[in-house]
Amino acid sequence: MNIKELPEIEYIIPGTGACAGCPSTIGLRLVGKALGENAICLLTPSCAVASMGMTPKTCYSFPALNICFASAGASGGAISMALDPLYSKKRLEGEKPVVFAWVGDGGTYDIGFQGLSAAAERNDDFIFFCYNNEAYSNTGNQRSGATPQYVPTTTSPLGKEMLQKNVPLLMLEHRPPYVATASLAYPLDLYRKVEKAKSIKGFRYIEIHMPCCTSWKFPAAETIEVSRLAIRTGSWLLWEAENGKLSLNGVTAALAEGKRKPLPVEEYLKAQGRYAWLLKSPDKDYYIGNIENNIRRELEFMAGRAKL
Amino acid sequence: MTKVFDSGNVACALAVKDVGVDFVAAYPITPQTSVVEKIASYIAEGEMDAKYLPVESEHSALSAVAAASAVGARVFTATSSQGLLYMHEILHYAAGGRLPIVMANVNRAINMPWCLYVDHQDAVSQRDTGWIQLFAASNQEIYDSVILAYKVAEEVQIPVMVNYDGFLVSHSSMPFETLEQDKIREFLPALNPPWRLHPQWGGTFGNVTPSEEYVPYRYALTEDIKKAGDVIVRCSKEYERLTGRWHGGHFETYRPEGAEYFLFSMGSMGKEMEIAVDLLREQGIAAAGLRLRIFSPFPEEELAALLPTGAKLLVFDRNLVYGSAGGALLQLAKAALFNRRDSLQVIGISLGLGGEDLPASVLVAKAREMMEVCK
Amino acid sequence: MNKKIVQPISRPVIGAGGLTGTWRTQRPVYDASLCNACLLCWLYCPEVAISKEDRTIDYTYCKGCGICAAECPKKAIYMEREESR
Repeated sequence: MNIKELPEIEYIIPGTGACAGCPSTIGLRLVGKALGENAICLLTPSCAVASMGMTPKTCYSFPALNICFASAGASGGAISMALDPLYSKKRLEGEKPVVFAWVGDGGTYDIGFQGLSAAAERNDDFIFFCYNNEAYSNTGNQRSGATPQYVPTTTSPLGKEMLQKNVPLLMLEHRPPYVATASLAYPLDLYRKVEKAKSIKGFRYIEIHMPCCTSWKFPAAETIEVSRLAIRTGSWLLWEAENGKLSLNGVTAALAEGKRKPLPVEEYLKAQGRYAWLLKSPDKDYYIGNIENNIRRELEFMAGRAKL
Repeated sequence: MTKVFDSGNVACALAVKDVGVDFVAAYPITPQTSVVEKIASYIAEGEMDAKYLPVESEHSALSAVAAASAVGARVFTATSSQGLLYMHEILHYAAGGRLPIVMANVNRAINMPWCLYVDHQDAVSQRDTGWIQLFAASNQEIYDSVILAYKVAEEVQIPVMVNYDGFLVSHSSMPFETLEQDKIREFLPALNPPWRLHPQWGGTFGNVTPSEEYVPYRYALTEDIKKAGDVIVRCSKEYERLTGRWHGGHFETYRPEGAEYFLFSMGSMGKEMEIAVDLLREQGIAAAGLRLRIFSPFPEEELAALLPTGAKLLVFDRNLVYGSAGGALLQLAKAALFNRRDSLQVIGISLGLGGEDLPASVLVAKAREMMEVCK
Repeated sequence: MNKKIVQPISRPVIGAGGLTGTWRTQRPVYDASLCNACLLCWLYCPEVAISKEDRTIDYTYCKGCGICAAECPKKAIYMEREESR
């Protein structure tokens, strides 16, 4: 598959309410090309909802239910499950649509985590996408469970003290048939993973790293470049797991195998205004040392998990 | 038609099976559990062609049935007490989204402190969520009300909650009759909503909405729920023609002829009240029973029209409006009669909280106390 | 059953978020002579404002984010201040 061969279908219609350079709309475009027209989407309060246009207009070409914040886990499986008797009783005809949820990191890591965990444990038949921009960007950049250490937000003004959760790993240990992470900087890897997920039945989880120019404070033009730096510095890892068997992908695999040296994390940090305070701090070396140690630890941990 | 001798929860589960529900999601809570256990066993044994999603919370239960309803499935869930409170956000979502969900709420007291037994605080505290709320008082009425609830919900596109008293009704075995499939099909046609969450229909449901677009949706809901009272009564009459079974319209009245005192209540207390009325009549007091079947929309005009000149309304609330005399029924009755029937005396008390026993003798004593105040 | 839809349903339309081209402070300018048709600009446009066929830019909706110019390996798109036109 190359870019020219990607399907024509567009999930996004021009004139969205999203910020210039929004990674969520780019992500939805790529996901749409893999999922196709016969799909039902579930949205929870997030940028993707705030920017979709107001009633009676929408910029999304797919049918979608705007459900409550903590509801995506339960509602996703319910849609898929409720369609089965409608098709078997011939009240609907044709091919059953694929069901997917498009949820931000707040709806995934925080308020929606209970329902998400239960859906994964039950192996409910839908794809849960977390588009992770590492904060509550929609409401003006408050800290979430996905906000990395040292990042100042409006509710962690001095920089968040603790590390983010590793939710993709937590999802993997719920033992669903498919879990993957992805990056906009590697669009064909993302496309392949969504296509793969679509071919599998049961609970599937894909988390996409979504550098947000508004919250992370970088020029809108650099959305993809920041995504790329996250991968090349090891700040975001690309992996997938089918039936619990994990493999690292692309650059991440090369970093883990020592075939490629990670870029200094400072390259990634200095691209973002949210780390400006840290780079100016007299304790900069301490902070960067901690961040690099954590990157090493995560890479080693996931490489070890891949050996299982 | 089959005669059954079983509990209120089984009557509820049987009705859910008989109407042909497609999808059920539920979370266990006492005293609702035997409803959903029974449904799970019907599905597991192939007696019911439906899917059951064993969710991890009531918030998820109602989120699941709301989404399933949006794709066009006939759905059911059941809960009690804290579970109903935990659903609160989704109660609004379901009503605002005009999803024809039917839910059983097996009435139980709410915390603190914890209590497992009946009162109506759970349902009453969810009054302003836009749901239709029915109160059934016997196992037969539960069975019939669940079928009626689907008819009404799917016609007016508003969710319906069928309430009945925890343990007193949910766990008491009584004889009741079911209904043949052909009669149910005649009464309740297959669900065919005008819009579904599906690529064939398209569109996104419930975007952020500007004020001028938002207002008409709100008014439509309140106007349609107001009209739903008459729809419930019309459908109850249609059901009576089909089955011969009648539990009342907005109210069930007991010995209203020549009555001066109307003893107003809902739930199983309204049935015990019939014995209290008999006892009062024996004592030469012109008492009548008035059992409310439709809590929401509260039948304001019908209550005003029903009471004769000089009537005294004695209200028995199994709930509290904190800091106020009496409970929700007292407030609603007063609001209904103010400016309509200003000459009527209305007085009320709250009692029977947390399952406090209410034999007819207690009801008689409380009625007589209120009569003293009326004089 | 001929019931009307009482639910708040929204329909897909172009410009649901308004004429977003008015947000632009800089505009992408495409030079076909430099283009190798890799389609990265088309793929990465958050607004679907670049045509796959000939990279025509829809200035009615292009917000001027500049991702197309930043990602173009041939520098076939450059950004120009709106005022300079």
